[in-house]
Amino acid sequence: MIEDIELETLINDIYEYYGFDFGSYSRASLKRRVNRIYQLEGFKNFYEFLSKVRYDPEYYKNMIDEITVNVTEMFRDPAFYKAVRNEILPQLAPKPFIRLWHAGCSSGEEVYSMAIMLKEAGLLHKSIIYATDINSKVLETAKKGIFPLRMMKEYSENYRDSGGQEDFSKYYIANYGIAKFNEELAEKMVFSQHNLVSDNSFNEFDFILCRNVLIYFDNDLQKRVINLFDESLSILGFLALGTKETIKYSISTTKYKQLEKEKIWRKIK
Amino acid sequence: MAEDKINPKCKVVIVGGSAGSLNALMQILPELYVLNAFALVIVLHRRGTDDMTLEELIKIKTEVPVKIIEDKEPLVPGFLYVAPSNYHLLFEKGETMSLDTSEKVNYSRPSIDVSFESAAEIYGDSLVAILLSGSNADGTEGLKTIQNAGGIIIVQDPQSADMPFMPNNAIRHTTPDFILNTDEILKFIISVNS
Ligand SMILES: C[S@@+](CC[C@H](N)C(=O)[O-])C[C@H]1O[C@@H](n2cnc3c(N)ncnc32)[C@H](O)[C@@H]1O
Repeated sequence: MIEDIELETLINDIYEYYGFDFGSYSRASLKRRVNRIYQLEGFKNFYEFLSKVRYDPEYYKNMIDEITVNVTEMFRDPAFYKAVRNEILPQLAPKPFIRLWHAGCSSGEEVYSMAIMLKEAGLLHKSIIYATDINSKVLETAKKGIFPLRMMKEYSENYRDSGGQEDFSKYYIANYGIAKFNEELAEKMVFSQHNLVSDNSFNEFDFILCRNVLIYFDNDLQKRVINLFDESLSILGFLALGTKETIKYSISTTKYKQLEKEKIWRKIK
Repeated sequence: MAEDKINPKCKVVIVGGSAGSLNALMQILPELYVLNAFALVIVLHRRGTDDMTLEELIKIKTEVPVKIIEDKEPLVPGFLYVAPSNYHLLFEKGETMSLDTSEKVNYSRPSIDVSFESAAEIYGDSLVAILLSGSNADGTEGLKTIQNAGGIIIVQDPQSADMPFMPNNAIRHTTPDFILNTDEILKFIISVNS
């Protein structure tokens, strides 16, 4: 196990050499991730690891991709998607344009889930979905819309539990262990790198989703990010977080009204 | 029981369990009324979606106030906490808990090893860990880490466990401070209290 002081040295070095600030990431998870790659590579000592990070930008880039937790699913938490389908989309439907932002979209499973629901609600043609992450590797996967075929059974069950009525398999083509999702779904998606720690608001949105990303941030960074979302959200727009995340430590809750039970808030002023 | 080994500065009692452990808890929890100086954290394997039911079930079985864990939840003495399904439960400096959706460990999320190891780092010798019934090897590594950090480790007596595999595995690979049946576990928790 690496020492706390070693982790802090690494955080400082990464900031100094590459400008990326892990200083506000939750330490427990970060330490597990760093420890994992440190042991994977069989470094002689921590110093050797540090110099590799400092002087090998390729290694550093790879390391960032390894440190971030990218686990995701299609229609993860079906009850959440059901609420989006039944309660949020109908409220967005009258708009001439619908702008969505998935912040921390990982490999895109969530984004394709959303596109499927928008399509079924007849709204995809007038939507635009921005999907961002800091991890360049997962964004590449997301752009391709290719996911492991072995996951499709679970995803189609999730889809059905979320209120989906169609035959889920019509949305992808199965081929040698992969499922390639229809390109039509991706037409309205824009993927790009965006860092929630340091980048600013880049548009105004009607619906922002940032699920299971804030859990990796400490309270101060959560505050920053929630404020960034607040700036980027139109009045009466919606903000969705993961099932165990909350805005209550970050922003005055009089500005937001929570949808019963789900982690979805509406900006009311 | 070797009462002298009971840690007077115990801040957290963490309980891990898998198949059959709910049964054990249902015998222990109804007899527990207040937790004085420590918090009780329960990490059980369970199916993805039955979140509420486990918490509700525990709530109606005990007088101890139960808190639903959300990210960065403060860990406060006197309360009982249940790890939510589909997240690993981690402990942070400054007495809060955080959640993590990273890969399953021992086919499990929450994984008992992950929570035990994280709790050991933060709480060291003010930690008591109890491993209950189960049919999976999760928990053993975590117990080792806790013991190395000075905490006390207790394993449910395999004979009193619905599924003895998990306790047996721990007994084989660690040297538990105590091996106790559910009655004795209850007594132990009460004695930590006083
Ligand atoms: C656990 S995944 C969540 C994926 C998806 N939203 C879900 O809930 O299934 C967390 C994602 O947050 C991204 N992330 C971590 N730090 C970030 C940052 N500073 N800015 C943007 N994204 C970040 C990670 O790369 C990862 O893909």
